[in-house]
Amino acid sequence: MNINATLLGQAITFAILVWFTMRFVWPPIMKAMQDRARRIADGLAAAEQGQQKFNQAEKEYEARVNEGRQQAAGIVAQAHKQGVEMIEAAKDAARDEGNRMIEAAKHEIGREREQAREQLKQQVAVLALAGAEQILMREVDRKAHSDLLAKISGGL
Amino acid sequence: MAAGKEPSASEYIVHHLTNNAAGEGFWSFHVDSLVVSVILGAAVFGMMYAVARKVSAGVPGPAQNFVEMLVELVDSQVKVVFHGQNDLIAPLALTIFVWVFTMNAMDILPVDVLPWILSWFGVHYFKSVPTTDPNVTFAMSLSVFCLMIYYNFKVKGAGGFAHEAMGAPFGMKLAPVNLLFRIIEDIAKPLSLALRLFGNMYAGEMVFILIALLPFYVQWMLGAPWAIFHILIITLQAYIFMMLTIVYLSMAHESH
Repeated sequence: MNINATLLGQAITFAILVWFTMRFVWPPIMKAMQDRARRIADGLAAAEQGQQKFNQAEKEYEARVNEGRQQAAGIVAQAHKQGVEMIEAAKDAARDEGNRMIEAAKHEIGREREQAREQLKQQVAVLALAGAEQILMREVDRKAHSDLLAKISGGL
Repeated sequence: MAAGKEPSASEYIVHHLTNNAAGEGFWSFHVDSLVVSVILGAAVFGMMYAVARKVSAGVPGPAQNFVEMLVELVDSQVKVVFHGQNDLIAPLALTIFVWVFTMNAMDILPVDVLPWILSWFGVHYFKSVPTTDPNVTFAMSLSVFCLMIYYNFKVKGAGGFAHEAMGAPFGMKLAPVNLLFRIIEDIAKPLSLALRLFGNMYAGEMVFILIALLPFYVQWMLGAPWAIFHILIITLQAYIFMMLTIVYLSMAHESH
């Protein structure tokens, strides 16, 4: 144990080293470490936020897909119904049209038969008159016998 | 060693444990302790300064990583023990840890290397481990002691410090006993700090010197295990000095 002025020299050296560390070494390193810690914390927070956004987007996407599916199903069902209705309507229309055409044809037939009967009546009247002329061998006064002729054709 | 003839064992030991002194009486200097500690301090703190100058918050390089590891170690210890606001304690603790560690690490150099090299230049006494010189350890522990006294006065005020010194642990009725206890306690702190480090390093160096006296073919059997074990002691002593400094200074900040 030999204590001497070395102690003073060492104490001064020590003081200088402590001052140096305190002034030039410690603060920048500490600051850098704190900055990095903050950056990492920010990064983790951003990742968390991103994850949350992603989850939200996924939910929204699912909801939209479901909505779309429902809409599509509704549209298909409606189209199906509409199709059935249209077929029914077309069937009805066709039936009506057919009935109407049958009706018209019947009517036409009836009318033509009536016409033909009228013609036949007239022709029968003319023939009867001609026959009567032949029998009487003389001119029958049409005007004088128009009552008779009308009676004959009415009797047909 | 430079005498030309083989020295006896005790001459060899004494030679290795003698500082290279300049001057007479108290006003003499141990040149070896001063030179080695200053060179080591300049080298290691210069390196840390180089790292601190271009420190970045991004991905750290290996040197920055290493320095940050040290800083983090010291900072976490300070945060655990000391709960006040003080910009000195953490850098002080880092300085102590790093400086004491590097000075202790000189012990790992073979005992004859530096004296042998320096003997070529006419330097005949050289103790290469500064912490085996009590001047070095006391310089640090007494600096810490002064800081303890300073912070006791600064934080508690003269009255508060006196009250604490006289009132604890037995109450004001036994003020003289308390004061005596406190004086013993406070003087024991720098003494134990300095002597613990000095004693460990001195004993370690002594064992290395004794091992060096053995025939060269058996030296490795003892030298290697002791050197490996000494790595632990070097680190542990630096760590203990740092931790106790933090504890003492935080005690100076807190009232009983």
